[in-house]
Amino acid sequence: MELFTNQILAGISTGAIYACLALAVVMIYQAIDHLNFAQGEMAMFSTFISWQLMQWGLPYWVAFVLTIAFSFAGGIAIERVLFKPLAKAPILTNVAGFIALYSIINSSAGLIWDFTIKQYPTPFGSAPFLGSQLISTHQAGMIGVTLLLLLALYFFFQYTRVGLAMRAAASLPESARLVGINTSWMIALGWGMAAAIGAIAGILIAPVVFLEPNMMLGTLIYGFAAAVLGGLTSPFGAVVGGFLVGIFENLAGTYIPYAGNELKLPIALALIVSILVVKPAGLFGRHIVKRV
Amino acid sequence: MTALLNVKDLRAYYGQVQALHGLSFSLNEGSLTTLLGANGAGKTTTLRAICNMVRSTGSIEFEGAALTSRSTEGIVRLGIAHVPQGRGTFTNMTVEENLQLGAITRKDHAGIVSDMERMYAHFPVLKQRYTQQAGTLSGGEQQMLAVARALMLRPRLMLLDEPSFGLAPLVVRDLFGILGKINREDKVSILVVEQNAQLALELADQAYVIETGRIVMSGAAKDIANNEDVRKSYLGY
Amino acid sequence: MSAVEDVATQAAAVEAVPKRAMTLGTGTSLVVLTLLLVVPLFVKNFIIFQMTMLLIYGVAVLALNILTGGSGQFSLGQSAFYAIGAYTSAILMEQYDVNYALTLPVAGLVCFGAGFLFGQPALRLSGVYLALATFALATAMPQLLKLGYFEKWTGGVQGLVVTKPDAPFGLHMSQDVWLYYFTLVITVAIYVFSVNLLRSRSGRAFMAIRDNEIAASAMGVNVALYKTLAFGVSAGITGVAGGLGAIAVQFVAPDSYTIQFAIALFLGMVVGGVGWLPGSFIGSAFIIFVPNIAENISKGLSGAVFGVLLFLVIFLLPHGARQIAIVGQQLLARLRR
Repeated sequence: MELFTNQILAGISTGAIYACLALAVVMIYQAIDHLNFAQGEMAMFSTFISWQLMQWGLPYWVAFVLTIAFSFAGGIAIERVLFKPLAKAPILTNVAGFIALYSIINSSAGLIWDFTIKQYPTPFGSAPFLGSQLISTHQAGMIGVTLLLLLALYFFFQYTRVGLAMRAAASLPESARLVGINTSWMIALGWGMAAAIGAIAGILIAPVVFLEPNMMLGTLIYGFAAAVLGGLTSPFGAVVGGFLVGIFENLAGTYIPYAGNELKLPIALALIVSILVVKPAGLFGRHIVKRV
Repeated sequence: MTALLNVKDLRAYYGQVQALHGLSFSLNEGSLTTLLGANGAGKTTTLRAICNMVRSTGSIEFEGAALTSRSTEGIVRLGIAHVPQGRGTFTNMTVEENLQLGAITRKDHAGIVSDMERMYAHFPVLKQRYTQQAGTLSGGEQQMLAVARALMLRPRLMLLDEPSFGLAPLVVRDLFGILGKINREDKVSILVVEQNAQLALELADQAYVIETGRIVMSGAAKDIANNEDVRKSYLGY
Repeated sequence: MSAVEDVATQAAAVEAVPKRAMTLGTGTSLVVLTLLLVVPLFVKNFIIFQMTMLLIYGVAVLALNILTGGSGQFSLGQSAFYAIGAYTSAILMEQYDVNYALTLPVAGLVCFGAGFLFGQPALRLSGVYLALATFALATAMPQLLKLGYFEKWTGGVQGLVVTKPDAPFGLHMSQDVWLYYFTLVITVAIYVFSVNLLRSRSGRAFMAIRDNEIAASAMGVNVALYKTLAFGVSAGITGVAGGLGAIAVQFVAPDSYTIQFAIALFLGMVVGGVGWLPGSFIGSAFIIFVPNIAENISKGLSGAVFGVLLFLVIFLLPHGARQIAIVGQQLLARLRR
């Protein structure tokens, strides 16, 4: 029983990261109807930047804030330069664009910081949390930061004008323009926020998976699974999906023979395919009706 | 009297298809003008061209400022509110959020709050339902919401695309009554596109008749309504 | 109401390519074939090996092109089917002493089955969802191959070494030259098969689905069947390419078939021109030689170069090599006049 509770708690803490990444994926999907396959790589690159800043002697939280700001600006820049011109292109072209971005970021991170594994610090320490053996302070920190982020996003979207404008632009671009919203910039803003949220996910998971250019591949797949489970169009769903997927991964690793770390990715694959087959709109998504 | 909106030689295209063939008309400050015509005459296209939502050539001037080079949202910010065909309701948001979106370009918080109250006075049914999802409103209520949302901009000019479409006759009467009141009391100039010519001519002071992308008739609404030939050949009643 | 109204339809998945524009003319084909037959007699073994790989990757890109250019479905998971084909051939040859030539049809069939099965759920997905599912497949494949449970067949992380076959019938040619001609025959056979497939009833059904799935089903095309069929055929051909690849490289290991390889194949298709079958081989040349050049400059650079080039192609040459071919053709026509 203690093993079970332990795994649930561990699942919630990794789920927190999946939730962040899924949130970032949903952010861009809502704005432009495409999945950002480079989301994980963007997060990885941001994490490297924060590492570099700390190497140069900046304290953790300063590096954290600077990295978030840089990622926000970087996300906007990527949208303006590379993806805005593709807005009306066929899906294939957009998929190719994301794949290209994936390749570029992955490879440049390797070129700049090489492919060796690096230690990454945690500001929360790794002692048992509140004296309990179930969960470490870093895991508790991961959950705490995610929940804070979620709360902040909720307030942003529900109670600020920009948040309202972003929601309007995502749901009905033409009507949004007719009330005077610059929808094109709302998309850019979505990219910026997605990049910033991704950066937080990367920084939080780096102490667990270690820092290296391919660190986010597995996490991204789980992030996608979470986003799909949550329904791709619902930020709230993405977060719920993230926690559920995290718990599922940990329980599967414990109770299914052969599972463990060796099957981490195949389990994610099975999860994605089964969700898409059984409930393509996810738990909280809208059904999209296509017409001829 | 100076013209608020001046359209000259407007031509609009959907891909290779030309939908407007050199349309010219003007609209006076404070007037309530209607654009009449059959299905496919180019009424909606004219409104869309004013807001730069369709590729067009020609000149469109609003208070002396050229609109053709501006973005849709830039044109709206000049004070032109457009209630599109199908109403453009943000169905998954609440009634109140829809109204807030109408005023999203404004910065005067107090003004927005008082305008919101004014809208609730114009359309009491919206007040009853302000926390409800807009998609759950009836067609007539959604049309009222769309008009209210457009008014939240405090527009100088309001473009209405077939406000009567799909509504029960009684609801239409009600709505048109409110439109007349807004025009008189709030000094909002209105350009309304309608298929229901009889009703539109009762409401409007000026009228234009379009056929296949050209203006074929213009004049005071009263004269057009009284001209039997025009009524029979273009308006079908 | 206006006559012309914007209808909110989704952007097409892939731009439509007319059937005639998918292949080369007879004259050009014969010239290319003659070159492919003659050139190996005059070059070094290493270049012959690279030409063999060009053909093999070309077949793999061709398979993806049938799927995407033909039926409008995406796959970022071709590396997985390539891996299954490669492992099937390698295991049959090394563990069961099956003749190498006989392993290829088996590899093709196994992958056809795998593709058909994967296509079953995938057929309900379209556009980004399919891209996502296949992306996950490509990412998961190396881990599946490494699995301890299969180790006695797959050799686990170590992989398997494959013996290179000698030329048969007492022919006096080196192993490399023989393998090249062997590959060439299979490549030509697959190419001819693919061209005919796209010209057949099934091909027309694929293209109808590509251009408008809902309209196609309204016209009586069995969308589910043809989508899975396209997936199966594409996977099957990729499997044959994988088997050939295992024989040519003489080695299979899980980490040769990562998502990077799937990206390379995808890049090959985009560079060659989506829907233009001969372009597959131009794309294949691209993904073989560009990384070589890039890695010579700096290790790990090839990914960045791939990405930048992919963006350049998207922005400047959205139809890939086909666009250059069309321009060339027009120039030729003008010169003749």
